This record gives sequence, structure tokens and C-alpha cells, in this order.
Amino acid sequence: MNKRMIFYIIGAILLIEAALLLAPAAVALVYAEKNGLVFLYVALGAALAGFGAMRLSRPRNRSIYAKEGLIVVALSWIVLSLVGALPFSLTGQIPDYLDAVFETVSGFTTTGASILREVESLDHCTLFWRCFTHWIGGMGILVFMMGILRLNGGQGIHLLRAESPGPAVAKMVPRMTDSSKILYAIYLVLTVLQFLLYLVGGMPVFEALCHAVATAGTGGFSVKNDSFASYSPYLQTVTTVFMGLFGVNFSIYFFLLRKKFDLVVKNTELRWYIILILASSAAIALNVMHMYGGFGEAFHHSSFSVLTVMSTTGFGTADFSRWPEFSRVLLVLLMCVGACAGSTGGGFKVSRIVILYRTIQSDVRKLLHPNAVKVARLDGKKIDDETIRSVSTYFILYALIMLISVILISLENFDASTTVTSVVAAFNNIGPGLGLVCPSGNYSMFSPLSKIVLCLDMLFGRLEIDPMLLLVIPVTWRKR
Amino acid sequence: MQIVIVGDGKVGSTLAEQLSREGHAITMIDRSGVPLQKTVEDLDILSVQGNGASYSTQIEAGVDEADLLIAVTASDELNLLCCLIAKKIGAKHTIARVRNPEYDGELSLISEELGLSLSVNPEQICATEIARILRTPTAIKTDTFAGGKVELLKFQLPPDSPLVGKALMELPSVTRSKVLVCAVERGDAIHIPSGSFRLAAGDRISFVASLRNAQLFFRQLRLNTGRVRSALLIGGGRIAFYLARQLIDAGLDVKIIESDYGRCEFLSEHLPKATVLHGDGTSEAFLLESGVEHFDAVAALTGIDEENVLIGMYIRKTFPKIKVITKVNRSSFQVIIDAMDLGSIFNPLQSASNLICRYVRSMQNTVGSKVETLYKLVDGKVEALEFNVADNSEVCGIPLQQLPLRDHLLIGCINRAGRIIIPSGQDTIEPGDSVVVVTTATGLDDIRNILSHRGPAHE
Repeated sequence: MNKRMIFYIIGAILLIEAALLLAPAAVALVYAEKNGLVFLYVALGAALAGFGAMRLSRPRNRSIYAKEGLIVVALSWIVLSLVGALPFSLTGQIPDYLDAVFETVSGFTTTGASILREVESLDHCTLFWRCFTHWIGGMGILVFMMGILRLNGGQGIHLLRAESPGPAVAKMVPRMTDSSKILYAIYLVLTVLQFLLYLVGGMPVFEALCHAVATAGTGGFSVKNDSFASYSPYLQTVTTVFMGLFGVNFSIYFFLLRKKFDLVVKNTELRWYIILILASSAAIALNVMHMYGGFGEAFHHSSFSVLTVMSTTGFGTADFSRWPEFSRVLLVLLMCVGACAGSTGGGFKVSRIVILYRTIQSDVRKLLHPNAVKVARLDGKKIDDETIRSVSTYFILYALIMLISVILISLENFDASTTVTSVVAAFNNIGPGLGLVCPSGNYSMFSPLSKIVLCLDMLFGRLEIDPMLLLVIPVTWRKR
Repeated sequence: MQIVIVGDGKVGSTLAEQLSREGHAITMIDRSGVPLQKTVEDLDILSVQGNGASYSTQIEAGVDEADLLIAVTASDELNLLCCLIAKKIGAKHTIARVRNPEYDGELSLISEELGLSLSVNPEQICATEIARILRTPTAIKTDTFAGGKVELLKFQLPPDSPLVGKALMELPSVTRSKVLVCAVERGDAIHIPSGSFRLAAGDRISFVASLRNAQLFFRQLRLNTGRVRSALLIGGGRIAFYLARQLIDAGLDVKIIESDYGRCEFLSEHLPKATVLHGDGTSEAFLLESGVEHFDAVAALTGIDEENVLIGMYIRKTFPKIKVITKVNRSSFQVIIDAMDLGSIFNPLQSASNLICRYVRSMQNTVGSKVETLYKLVDGKVEALEFNVADNSEVCGIPLQQLPLRDHLLIGCINRAGRIIIPSGQDTIEPGDSVVVVTTATGLDDIRNILSHRGPAHE
């Protein structure tokens, strides 16, 4: 284990976070808020700590391998959250530090689960930092770092693989730094586009900015108490569309830029993603039609809710916890499905579902014809055994961790739907669930233990289990 | 540049490593995912699994937008097909490895028909290098610049040499020959020496000189420069074939030991003047029976590195007078290989990779001063490059001692219209010269980069 290099990278991450903390400080300047100074101080402290860590570690051996990559990612995210939470509690906006950490973890992991009863009384700078954490966490801080820092040879791939969602990480272009730059460029352009469309629809600049960055990271923190319920249908539709767009694998956009349309059309995951969205929106719309003025309005709300849970954003126009049982169950299942691999969304990922489905399909075919040779394929290529195995393992771990979390949360003695959906919503980085944690509720009533469990769930979910798992098992830390 | 490499074998991965370190965007295509996985983890490159000659794979790898495709799969025919298709869909340049001797004559014809920019035969390149070293057998390694007029030679300083303890500036008076020492390896360290640098026994010294001066230099030092008149090649593979052909043309006696009878027949058929023995070259008794002690040079060229190393060590130990050539394919454990007494070590992969890198560099810089030749010395840690100087270059007309040169960089020689100048501080670089530069910085692609304030080079 190259501990010096781990420290070095975490130092670099702290420096980047310090720079990012200047953004809310700038917002405070615009609105003449005193709390901006706190952000400035925290930024300064983080910069000093980061600089110190980089200087002190001075790694002679700069090579890192898969193990270090995973550990660095997990530790970075924890450090990032612990430091990011400081301004919340130091400004007194969220007095309890654990609550502040919960809020920040929820921000960076793009969950959007809040312990705040109401948000409109908060400072502009605090509100902005809350939403901005989504934007940072959405694409990933290490991906960002990769755009700046040059690592030995291809070793950055270990960081990229640990942080990027999806079963198989493919670089879009040969050089890692170029890949990171392209990802962030696409991310930025889409965010700005959404921001402009909000302005066209008459949303105030500050709200448009916060909501655009929160959607981009598929987070779900809003600056309004009722989230999107009181906005015009146009603004809601813009949000629906962009939640969908940010849930798509970003390499699709890169294919479009390079005019490789056939690769887009052939993409199985994208096709499943679109079909799932349309089919479940329609099914829910039919189911809730009687509550709204016809299919059109029902579809407007159902598509918003479907996309909000599938892209794992977590905004709300309507409180889906009051919808009929069929719709609620469907939404909870979609929460588990999640977005596409290589997007900013969370969840199990559509591509893993496809791979599992195809594997089962070929296995069932073998039951019928024991001698049949049936290869599971994705995008016209054989899914290799390694991928199948890792997806199956992921599925088991995914279920197991949720199960353990549910048991721990059940100690709170809340009703079943609260207990289960709070874990589902946290682990899949959505935010709102059903019962007490429904879109109009919040997470403030949980005990400190449960909050820690949920924080870990959010990190496990965002980093797709492996980095966090490696961090907590003792074998990792044994010598040799 | 966008470069696509087909075939993740030894040459492919060596090339990928070299070219990606020089800042090119590399995409690797291979039929099997296993080597790809490994290469992608080690290097910052993109990989595509599939048949490199198929249209869809090439499109997926972005060959249509690539500046160069390098086909180095195991099959010559596949390599040529890759290049043909790549050219059709828009790759600007193509390089193929073609190593079957049967295509030897047709190569120029094939190149034209396929629009091939370069075809590379690693074994032949390696054989040529070996043949060259047999002309100055004292050297461990030789490379040539200026169309063969200048040699870059490396030799090990014996403990009893008059040069031990001498500073480099005393060299001309001691040896009465014009040579320029440009790199000294001492243990693991590499020095680009200045005039006050003192030599020690066991140093491996690389120097630049004309062939005549080099021979003079060795004669002054009373190091063996006897001509090699006979050579024993152990292993009858491709390198041995090409090497034997060149040596026979140069009038040497050549004996080849090969364990495969069919191969023996082939060699005997195509090299009627060589003596071909059928037997096990790794058997001591067989070597003695073949009269190994009567040869001036022995080359261990079997397909297995370990055998070559053993043979090399055995000959060095038992018959110290014989010039030994050892072929080593693997590039790992270089420290051990260097520490062993194996005579001159040759790596055909490295030879081929150097040739291609050189081509890429000169391709990259078609305007202005470009790299004419590139050699990697000392396991790639030092580079010797030959630049052509353009009319308007800023390095021209200034005496060398006043040029703000980079650290660890040395001007080895200047070739002015065929006249070789081993430069001193008063000499100047002039337009039209070709200049040999020795440096530990890699990635120099223009003569201007020798100045300390110029990029882009990677230390």
C-alpha cells in the first residue's frame, strides 16, 4: 500500500475543494452575506491542510495500483464530506455537525436527502453550496482532478474506475486527461443550457443556477420548500427532460459530437432506459389519472416522478407517496434500477440490469436445450465472463448491504415503508422515499446511529460499493 | 497525434508505451481482451477488442480520424490487410510489420500498391545492427548517424586501461583521435559528462566518432580491434538468417547451429555458403565439437532468452577472446541483464520500436528542423537524436559555448555537407547541418528544443 501517494492525492483533493469553496463565498459577496467569510476561512484551512499533506507526503514512489485507487477514492469522498460540512455548522445554519455531515454527504453523493424541515430561510451562500455539492459529486471530484493532474502512465484509470458508475469503465479518448476534460465540457454545456432554459421560463437567476447544478448532478436539493410543485409546467418539463438527459451515459453525447450515430442507435442500455421511462410513465399515468384532470396532466406528473427516481435526482412536483399502491411500488422498483452507467445518476444501473437479464436468458435457454451454446451479448458483442461475474457479485452485495441497513434502521421502530424506502432512497442516491421520508417529509427524525448508517449507504451507493467495502474490511490494512 | 496500433504483442506494447510517453493519443486494437486489459492498466491508452482488419473495429477505434496506423500483429498478411483498409477509410499514414523473408523482394512493390508509409522487419533491422557491430568488435553497441558516416559506440573500460582516472578533456592528447564522450554509465547512474568528468574502470562509455577515428581510438587504447572473420550463430531463426546472409556477403565464414531439421534444410537451401549444423546449441559438448573456440564471434540467437543468456555467459567465461552477441527479447529485469557479462545485447523489439518512433517523430514535424535519426541508449534513459537544421533556426550562428543549452544535453557532432565536425565550444550550428544531440530528456522533436527555455520535453 503506497500510503504516501494516498496522502498526496487526498491533499490535492483538498486543494481542489478549497478552490470550489470560493464559489459560495462569491455568492455571499453578491448578496452581501456575512457567512461568506466562513466559507472563505474553511477554504483557507482546506488549502493549507491540502498543501501541507502534499508537501509532507512527498511520495518517492508515485505508482498506485487498483487497491490504492479504490482506497483513495473512498477516503477522498469521506474527507471531502467532512470538510464540506464545516461551513454548514460553523455558520450556524445547520448547528449539529452530524446533521451537517449528513447534508453534505447527501449533497456530494447527489442523493438530495435532507434533514432540513424548511430551506427558504437559509442564506443564499449556504443554499448554493448545498446545490453545488451535487454538481461536484455528480461527475466526480477525482475525474475533475484527472483533468488537471498527470499520473504515471495509465494508473489514473484505477481512480476513474473506482469513481465512475457502471460495470465497465471505458475511456472515450486514449488520454485520461482528455477524457476528463471532455466529460466536464459536456457536463458544463448541458448545465448552462438548462440554466438558460430556466431563465427563459422566468425562473429567478439564483434559483435557476441552484436548480441547474442540482439537476446536473442528479442531486435533488431545491431552494424551495415545496421543490418544484409551485413552478410553471414549462419549468417542470424542462427539469423532466434534463433529469432524463443527465441520466444518460455521457459517452452517448460524445458519439453524437463525433457524428457516430449508428453507435447511439445500437446502444442497448439507452434503448432500455428510454423504454423503461416511457412504459412506466404511461402505466403510472393511467393509474393516477383519476387524481388529475385527464391523461395529459397525469402523464406530466408521472413522467416527472419516474425521471426523478430513475435519474436518482429526487425533485418533486407531486407527492407520490399519496398515489395508489401500484404507482408507489413501481416507483420504488425504478429507484433500484437507477440511471445509465457513465451518467451522473445512481442506482443499480440499467446496463447491469440488461447484463443480468441477458445472462439469465442464456441460462434459461440452456435448461431447455442442455447442449445449446448461447452467448449473452450486449451491443452486438459477447459479454465476457468477468463482467457477468462482477455484475452478479455486485447484485449480491447490493442486496446484502441494503438488507443490513434495513435491519439497522428498523431499530428506529418506524413503519415498514419508511424503514425500507429510506434505505433504498439513500443507497440509490435518490433522496425522497415513502412514508415519513416522502417528498414532503425529511430525514431529521432519525437517531444519530441511523444517520451514520444512511451516510454510509449514500457513499456505498455513489461509489458503487467496492471502494467503501475495501476501506472497511480489515484485510486491506494488513501488511502484505 | 492520433495513433492506432493493431496487435498488443511485445512490439505493440513497447510502441504504445514509448509513443504515449511522448504525448501521443494511442488506441490499441487486439483480438484478445487479456493482453489489452493489462496494457490499458499500465498505460494511458484506449483499447478496442476485435479484429484489427475489420472495418467496424477500425471505425470503432477511430482509424478514420487517425494520423497513423501501425499494424504489428503476428501475421504479415493481416498487417498488410489492416493497412490497406485503414488507408481506405482515411488514416493518413500506415506502418506494417512484414517479416517473412519470402516477401523481402516484393516489399517495395507491396508498399506502393498499399500506400504503405513504412514496412518494418524487426529481425532484419536487428541483424543489420549485429552485422555492424561485428565491424568494430570492441564496442558493445553501435549506432550510426549521417547515413553511416558517424558512429555512436559504447564500450566498457577495462581496469588496466590508460584512460582510467583521466578527465575527459585530456582524452584527445592521450588517444590522439577525435572522439566525443556523450554518456557514461557507472553502476545504475547515467552521466552526461562535462570536460572535467573523470573516467573509472568498469564505466560503460558511449562516444561519437567517425568510423576511422573510432578504430584509431581503440587501437591507441590497445583494445582488441582484430577483424571478425568467422561467426558461429546459435539458433537458426529469422535474425540468424538475415545476419548470415549479410555476413556471407561481407566475406565471413558462417556456421549456424539449429535444432530443427526442417529449418536446417531451409537454411542450407537458401544460404548455400553457410555451414549448417543440426544439433542442440545449448549442449556444451556439441558446442565444443562444433569448434566454437576457433570462431572470432559467437551470436546466441535462439528463441529463448534464458538459453541465449546461458550461452552468452558460458562463452564469455570460457573463451574471453571471442566477441559475444546475445539476443534478449524481454525488456524486464533489465538491471540483471545489464549486470551480466553477455557481450553485446540486442533486442529486436527495441530496434523495431526505435525505428517506428523515429518515423513518427519526423512525421510529426514535417516543417522545420526534424528528427532524422533517433537512438535509445541505456534502456531508453538516454536518447541520441540527429536533427536537420532549417534555414531560420534560432540556434544558428551562435558559438556552442554561448548557447543556453538544457541540462544533461550535449551536442555530439555536426555534419556539414558530408564533413564531420566533433564540436568544441567555438563551433557553430549552421543552416543545412545535421546535428547529433545526446540527452536524458525525451521527446525532443526540434533542434530548437535543445535550448533550456524550450518545451516540450519530458524529463
